[in-house]
Amino acid sequence: MPTSVLWAVDLFGRVYTLSTAGQYWELCKDAQLEFKRVSAATQCCWGIACDNQVYLYMCASDVSIRCREEAYENQRWNPMGGFCEKLLPSDRWPWSDVSGLQHRPLDGVALPSPHWEWESDWYVDENFGGEPTEKGSLTESRPWHFRGGPMPSTSPPPTRETRSGTRVCGGGSGSDTGDTSPGMPGPRSPRRMTLRICPIPSVTSPWVGGRSQRSLWAACRCGLCLCRERCGTGRMSATPTRKGHHGLWWTPPGKLSRSAVGPTTSCGSPSGRGKPWSGKGSTGITPKVWFRRGVNSHNPCGTSWIEMVGEMTMVNVGLNDQVWGISSEERAVYFRQGVTPSELSGKTWKAIVAGRESDRSHSGSSSSLLSAGCFFGDEVKGGSESAPSDTDAASESERPGPERSAPEEPLDNSRDPKGSSAVGPETGGTAECASETFCPDAGGREAAQASVGSERPLPASTAAELPWTNIDLKEPRKAPSHSATGFAETMGLSSLGLFPLGLDEPYAADDHPLWAWVSGGGCAVEAGSVLKWFSVQSGLSPSVQTLSLSISPAQTAAWRKQIFQQLTERTKRELENFRHYEQAVEQSVWVKTGSLQWWCDWKPHKWVDVRVALEQFTGHDGARDSILFIYYVVHEEKKYFHVFLNEVTALVPVLNEAKHSFALYTPERTRQRWPVRLAATTEQDMNDWLALLSLSCCESRKIRGRPSPQSIWSVTCKGDIFVSEPSPDLEAQDHLLPCDQMFWRQMGGHLRVVEANSRGVVWGIGYDHTAWVYTGGYGGGCVQGLASSTSNIYTQSDVKSICIYENQRWNPVTGYTSRGLPTDRYMWSDATGLQECTKASTKPPSLQWTWVSDWYVDFSVPGGTDQEGWQYASDFPASYHGYKTMKDFVRRRCWARKCKLVTNGPWLEVAPIALGDVSIIPESPEGPDSDDRGHNIALWAVSDKGDVLCRLGVSELNPVGSSWLHIGTDQPFASVSIGACYQVWAVARDGSAFYRGSVSPSQPAGDCWYHIPSPPKQRLMQVSVGQTSVYALDENGNLWYRGGVTPSYPQGSSWEHVSNNVRRVSVGPLDQVWVIANKVQGTHGLSRGTVCRRTGVQPREPKGQGWDYGIGGGWDHISVRANATRASRSMSQEQKAHGPVSC
Amino acid sequence: MTDDKDVLRDVWFGRIPTCFTLYQDEITEREAEPYYLLLPRVSYLTLVTDKVKKHFQKVMRQEDISEIWFEYEGTPLKWHYPIGLLFDLLAASSALPWNIIVHFKSFPEKDLLHCPSKDAIEAHFMSCIKEADALKHKSQVINEMQKKDHKQLWMGLQNDRFDQFWAINRKLMEYPAEENGFRYIPFRIYQMTTERPFIQKLFRPVAADGQLQTLGDLLREVCPSAVAPEDGGKKNQVMIHGIEPMLETPLQWLSEHLSYPDNFLHISIIPQPTD
Repeated sequence: MPTSVLWAVDLFGRVYTLSTAGQYWELCKDAQLEFKRVSAATQCCWGIACDNQVYLYMCASDVSIRCREEAYENQRWNPMGGFCEKLLPSDRWPWSDVSGLQHRPLDGVALPSPHWEWESDWYVDENFGGEPTEKGSLTESRPWHFRGGPMPSTSPPPTRETRSGTRVCGGGSGSDTGDTSPGMPGPRSPRRMTLRICPIPSVTSPWVGGRSQRSLWAACRCGLCLCRERCGTGRMSATPTRKGHHGLWWTPPGKLSRSAVGPTTSCGSPSGRGKPWSGKGSTGITPKVWFRRGVNSHNPCGTSWIEMVGEMTMVNVGLNDQVWGISSEERAVYFRQGVTPSELSGKTWKAIVAGRESDRSHSGSSSSLLSAGCFFGDEVKGGSESAPSDTDAASESERPGPERSAPEEPLDNSRDPKGSSAVGPETGGTAECASETFCPDAGGREAAQASVGSERPLPASTAAELPWTNIDLKEPRKAPSHSATGFAETMGLSSLGLFPLGLDEPYAADDHPLWAWVSGGGCAVEAGSVLKWFSVQSGLSPSVQTLSLSISPAQTAAWRKQIFQQLTERTKRELENFRHYEQAVEQSVWVKTGSLQWWCDWKPHKWVDVRVALEQFTGHDGARDSILFIYYVVHEEKKYFHVFLNEVTALVPVLNEAKHSFALYTPERTRQRWPVRLAATTEQDMNDWLALLSLSCCESRKIRGRPSPQSIWSVTCKGDIFVSEPSPDLEAQDHLLPCDQMFWRQMGGHLRVVEANSRGVVWGIGYDHTAWVYTGGYGGGCVQGLASSTSNIYTQSDVKSICIYENQRWNPVTGYTSRGLPTDRYMWSDATGLQECTKASTKPPSLQWTWVSDWYVDFSVPGGTDQEGWQYASDFPASYHGYKTMKDFVRRRCWARKCKLVTNGPWLEVAPIALGDVSIIPESPEGPDSDDRGHNIALWAVSDKGDVLCRLGVSELNPVGSSWLHIGTDQPFASVSIGACYQVWAVARDGSAFYRGSVSPSQPAGDCWYHIPSPPKQRLMQVSVGQTSVYALDENGNLWYRGGVTPSYPQGSSWEHVSNNVRRVSVGPLDQVWVIANKVQGTHGLSRGTVCRRTGVQPREPKGQGWDYGIGGGWDHISVRANATRASRSMSQEQKAHGPVSC
Repeated sequence: MTDDKDVLRDVWFGRIPTCFTLYQDEITEREAEPYYLLLPRVSYLTLVTDKVKKHFQKVMRQEDISEIWFEYEGTPLKWHYPIGLLFDLLAASSALPWNIIVHFKSFPEKDLLHCPSKDAIEAHFMSCIKEADALKHKSQVINEMQKKDHKQLWMGLQNDRFDQFWAINRKLMEYPAEENGFRYIPFRIYQMTTERPFIQKLFRPVAADGQLQTLGDLLREVCPSAVAPEDGGKKNQVMIHGIEPMLETPLQWLSEHLSYPDNFLHISIIPQPTD
């Protein structure tokens, strides 16, 4: 569960965040403005500042926001000079935007705000829509698209000039979003907002994939209710456009009377489409809390109001329907405990007594926001500059509105030096409360102001502002016009008015915070999770609590070393000269017996009860071996068969809804594609057997402890992780070890992707795109007990979506209904339509999984959907599209539901960026830096949004690395792979490949991308680069080898087809090629997802000749990139001499 | 990096080469050859000396045989102490093999318990485990176990089956994640110089301030003489399983890894050899 934050504003207008993992409120330091309201979503937070402008805070991440500016160069052909810059008088501008309507000369394209910076110079974009345009030849282009401009037949893409600009000052922090930079008032805000803005937090449905459904609601003083739609957060959309960040326009959907948006408005958050509202009504005047009963997707109005205990000035409903409120008396933030999907009203209010970070250290440098970075008021100068024009516009548009005059706030006017501020009556309750609570000393304020004035060029009026007036009123133009205001000063400013005598210690320890507003729209607290908010604790601040992968002191401690050393000495002393002595206890055979069920391979093809016995015995050489006997009864005749555990190649847990079963493979069974399947009655029983059997297997193969750095890693479709020790002859030229004899040992954890390198750096990616790094432990998960290491095992969770389809057929009378033809598929089915899957009958994949959301419509399915998520087609099954045409008679939509698994394993999370793919440089252990455990290891990744990233600081000692370096791309990417000589290849989401030039240890990010066209009519999905070989995989399962790769021309010349029927490819440091094959036929059955090795791969024949089939049946992923184990013969020299590329 | 699991193995498979000699006054029909054996450190004398008994009984008359007992340099060996403890306490600095004298007569009633059968050893062993778990988990873990699990612990010890024993014993070594260790550490401190057979007190693995207690903390508290000998120059060795862990070693770790199968940490305090 990633941490998220709760936002709150105190009475002084300071914005604080509280992490779900933390114990302290942390001040939003860069917010130089005081805020009245905040409304948070997971990736951003909207706020209304004291100047009545709307601000947007983008949570920062390692990856900056980029967007691409485009300008089009338009040329017209004429018979004399061909294409030339001379246009007809009626033509569009020679340089224009995409529509051709706007003049857009290159030097006239300005950065939207000082927070953006150009990342590169203008360049010609030769990759249009995934297909390359002809290099440099602008004139000979395809038939031009008609773009609706004034030029009928000319003008569009051939010269598509692009330029991407971004990256905020203040490195690595998030950035603003377009017209509004942080600190600038909201975009094209038609009027100033005074009321709350309440984005719809996404509980389940609102954002699905790239298509964000969120919208922002606001009420303004004149009583208009405004809705801002499609507020993607940029981070969500794959290619953040500036528009996407803050939606399109303020569209007034309807004018509401003030009473409607006033006190009785429910500020409960509509938690999205089709999701029950957990409405909490709060009244601003009588501070009672109401709960709306019976709200659900069918009845969004609910049935009745219930009054709740407790007096709150406001309540806010966050993610997972959790509720926060601010009590009216003490103005403390309360959290509603016990809110669960089944009991939305919760049980009790519990005060959050987390201290403020500033209570502990005033320096403010110790820790920052979880996602610290760029804030509302980072650039005040811009804010004050833009304020006048904006205000002018606002006043114009608001002229009909009643609120320009401010007769209703005598209280405020009396304290406001300029008296021009206005407050909406709907916030009066808060203001009143504030004034009751505070009675600041005016004289003291003056003194304080004086002292400040000497330090900073602040307008006196600003300092003279009453701090608490910020809550609801402040003169908009009075934002301090000082851009370099640091944190301490901000603190000083906001504290000065109140605590004139204690400038150094503005917050006494007993000063408990007074809150004005809280927003949990970005705070994901799961029902039942434990928070540290409710007790004041000393100790580490939350930002220090991140787990580090460094070796814990216990493992390096001298005492530990000494114990190991002394035990070895003791054994030597007491045993060495006495080995000929007789053992006091003779080793005997030990038998464990039990009852299991066994899947009978032949008639009657069902589970039958069996007795099993595991006999362990010790040979004279001390080697241990075991035999598993399985006794069954057929036709009242007792029979048995047995398995030598030293022949077992894999033990795979097969958990499903009903059975705790596991499959047992031997080389023969692997060839037959037919494992022995056994089932236990309870999970514990199965785990006991699995632990015992796997321990016996490992013992007979003398495998113990953590896997070697050269191990081969793989993942099954169930997310189970397997690892195999490579033997020297695995990649030998002459005597290859058959793949089906490889022994696979399970590691705990749940992953979708795992990638390794021969220095023991292993990274994984979960189904929820969380990145994980291997800790060096072993065991965990269902591998418990002695087969598991004591340390380095941590809790791991994963979330995945289960999808079912709702199918409908059109008929002339009623349109689309759920009544299909008799021959149709189930109206609720799986993706294939063969299985009936209803919402009620669909269960989580196994007993390990639990539902964590309700069903929601998935809008992110390939092919697109309409507004309601439907995809249309002429018939089932066909290719679906996201809009209705005349020829469409059927439609379907995808319903998804999230489920979660909690397990443990040797993995630690690498927060905060979610990944889609990762690749670590393959190295040979005898490389030049082999003794340097600290040398940097190149690691590239693609985030789940499609950003290409390069991890810095990864080494053998610090496999987690230190930070991400963002590599700019023009489009979202899907896959990346780095070869042994720092050749970085990547595949974009449009299916084309890219080569990154000039990547080296000294220039880890390289310099530029070279576009490599994909094989004809194929969209590539994955790429893998070994020492010199480059292989790619397309979406139709074809495996391609990149031919013509030489050191001088590393991009190669052409794709050469190698094989079809491939799902995943991994090319190792010896250029060995391993894949997951789609289907493999065995003697007893078909196996989907089988580990295969390319045979006959040689330096002169890098494409190999055939396939050798290994373990299979549900394998999804393999990484051989760590296996640099060579056969003892010095093959390496041979390879170096003849290889197509020498590094 | 070596794994902590290897410590468990090393501890379990610790062996003491021993030479059994029949007491000179025992009446034999012919000369009794000494008998050489590798004794498991974690086991009990009477549990692993069937071969010794058989060997000497062959040369003796039936009527001269009563209950067997062992002696080392004049000290009768208590069978209910683990073998490793006996060796560390009495013979750690002597040359190997360990010379044990076998007696069949004049059982030293005041020094030794009778050991009529293996059931007596089992009863003693199980009572130790239960006592240890009472200290560690208020007996919760051992009480939740089934009878067959108890049996498996005993059979594991009896048959010298590391896996069999640890498959169950690991449950006894677990503790709640929110704690930093057991409730109390089951330990016994033995000193040959004192009258008391051993010291056993309640001692928590984690101090009130949250710090992990170390072996040194324990000794300073319950047996200060061991770490600060009165007679100045003469130093003591603190020995477990034939090794001397550093005093900085966390007690919880020791308890999990260096306990005997009876789940107690048997710590020997012996004078530093003079040589």
